[in-house]
Amino acid sequence: MFEGLSFGLGAGQALLVTGPNGAGKSSLLRLLAGLLTPAAGEIANPFATAWLGHDNALKAERRLIDELRFWAAVDGTPAARIDAALDRFDLDAIAALPVRVLSSGQKRRAALARTWASGARLWLLDEPSVGLDVANVARLSDAMREHRAAGGLVIATSHVDIGLDDAAELAL
Amino acid sequence: MSAFLALVGRDLALRGARGGLLLPLIFFALVAILFPFAVGPDPALLARIAGGVMWVAALLAALLPVDTLLEPDRADGTLDQFVARGTPLALVVVARTVSHWLGFAPLLLLTTLVASALLNLPAEQLPALVAGLAIGTPALAALGVLAAALTAGLRGAGGLAGLLVLPLALPVLIFGAGVLTAGPGETTAVKLLAAASLFLVAIAPIGAAAALRAALD
Amino acid sequence: MHRFANPARFLRIARVATPLCALLGLALLGLGLGWGLFYAPPDYLQGESVRILYIHVPAASLAMGGYVGVAVSAAVAFIWRHPLADVAARAVAPVGATFAAICLISGSLWGRPTWGTYWVWDARLTSMLVLFFLFLGYMALANAFDDRERGSRAAGILAIVGSVNIPIIKYSVEWWNTLHQGESIRIIGQSSIHPAMLQPLLVSWAGFSFLFAAIVLMRMRAQLADQLVAARAARLAGAHG
Repeated sequence: MFEGLSFGLGAGQALLVTGPNGAGKSSLLRLLAGLLTPAAGEIANPFATAWLGHDNALKAERRLIDELRFWAAVDGTPAARIDAALDRFDLDAIAALPVRVLSSGQKRRAALARTWASGARLWLLDEPSVGLDVANVARLSDAMREHRAAGGLVIATSHVDIGLDDAAELAL
Repeated sequence: MSAFLALVGRDLALRGARGGLLLPLIFFALVAILFPFAVGPDPALLARIAGGVMWVAALLAALLPVDTLLEPDRADGTLDQFVARGTPLALVVVARTVSHWLGFAPLLLLTTLVASALLNLPAEQLPALVAGLAIGTPALAALGVLAAALTAGLRGAGGLAGLLVLPLALPVLIFGAGVLTAGPGETTAVKLLAAASLFLVAIAPIGAAAALRAALD
Repeated sequence: MHRFANPARFLRIARVATPLCALLGLALLGLGLGWGLFYAPPDYLQGESVRILYIHVPAASLAMGGYVGVAVSAAVAFIWRHPLADVAARAVAPVGATFAAICLISGSLWGRPTWGTYWVWDARLTSMLVLFFLFLGYMALANAFDDRERGSRAAGILAIVGSVNIPIIKYSVEWWNTLHQGESIRIIGQSSIHPAMLQPLLVSWAGFSFLFAAIVLMRMRAQLADQLVAARAARLAGAHG
């Protein structure tokens, strides 16, 4: 799909992948997440990785809080961090509701909360702002800024401005 | 380990929420009820075929939820989440095998007591049937998960899953039925059943994990 | 680079080997079957019906060999991602399945005069039936996906899992058979076959084998040609944006 692509990223840095539809933005992120195997070349990703794809991977039948707790158990993060994540993405009021009744923006926020709570060093965000209103895009920006300030890395694709300050840009 | 337990617990909760816990059970009971209508109510005939009928019913009950075992997790990105985290797919598959088994086998073993009455199973065969099913059903669960992994992403995979799994399940069926007719003190059939079951439980998740990996690529 | 080099070299060899195998196969088959059907002695127990063995036995061994071929090719395709191995596995499977079917049908035709029934749950017939279904499963799975690569990988895993299970299936069927029937009828015992029957059998077996190879080569060439056409169509579509 693409050839001759090379980049490196260090602590606190961010990369914004841009390009028209079908350019391979999602595929690049999937490669980095280990979801695709490169036909040639190599990918060195030494970081614990949190993945936010197009799909939110939340089960419709389950309560939001149960889903976040489940992923926290998989990630081995403490319960207090889930509470903080709920707070951060304004999910407290809907935490006890089944995912089935949530709006797409609410589900996106829940998936972001999972990313934030995972404690992973590298965030791979594929169109993270889909379905989010202005206030919640600001929450996303704040979360990314804080994550990078703490030495975290962000690689994201987006069609809109998600407030990824002084990020390197990769146009496909 | 906590991830494994969380996975099993979530699977069971999901199955419960979807009403899937009772489905294999109802299916199993239905087979036991339908057979006398199909072959006639002759108690001697029923007694002769009862054990085998229940083995076949158990095999089919294990295949019943095949399209919901892994496909939803592939379609909604859950498997992507595991791979990105570095969680081995083999762990996911083994957890799914355990939850699948817990989802149908224990209740099915209980239903055996009722079904054996309906089918006039000889009383001395009942312990052999229950023991055999207890040993053999993990292999059937593992094969169900294997079929689910191989057919992930296909619509209406049920029939295909049957074609893929039934030849592989044949030894379990044969040795399981052998346990029923073994005389007192004869342990060959039980040992063979345990060996075949263990073998399938060991290799099916390896194949299933590889198939899931191929399904994501 | 080897992705293109290997099929190209294969096609060069196959272009010569296919007609060679086909001609050799037909000639040997004609010789073997003619010899077996008209000149070899009838069996003292089974009479003329024994002659079906000149088809039945080669078909059985080629069906089994075919499954080994599918499993080995599938393993090579899976581990080294060798594109030609996948083509080979897909090409062998239907041929192997056909030979398994020939074996089953000829066996049941032979069973009618010999055992008085078309089907007996004899251990060998039952094993062959299971093998036939393993072939069908492989083929159905390989062709079930829109994405050929995905179908190949899934079916390859099935073939590998199936092949490690075959000894167990075979043993279980034999165990089951002795349990239910006592020692089954074994007219063709091991190496008790008379040389006058063995020689035409070997010739017709060689003929079937060459024919098997010719059909597989033909199918592989057809698949590679299809891939070429598809690649060309995709390029054309790409060029016109």
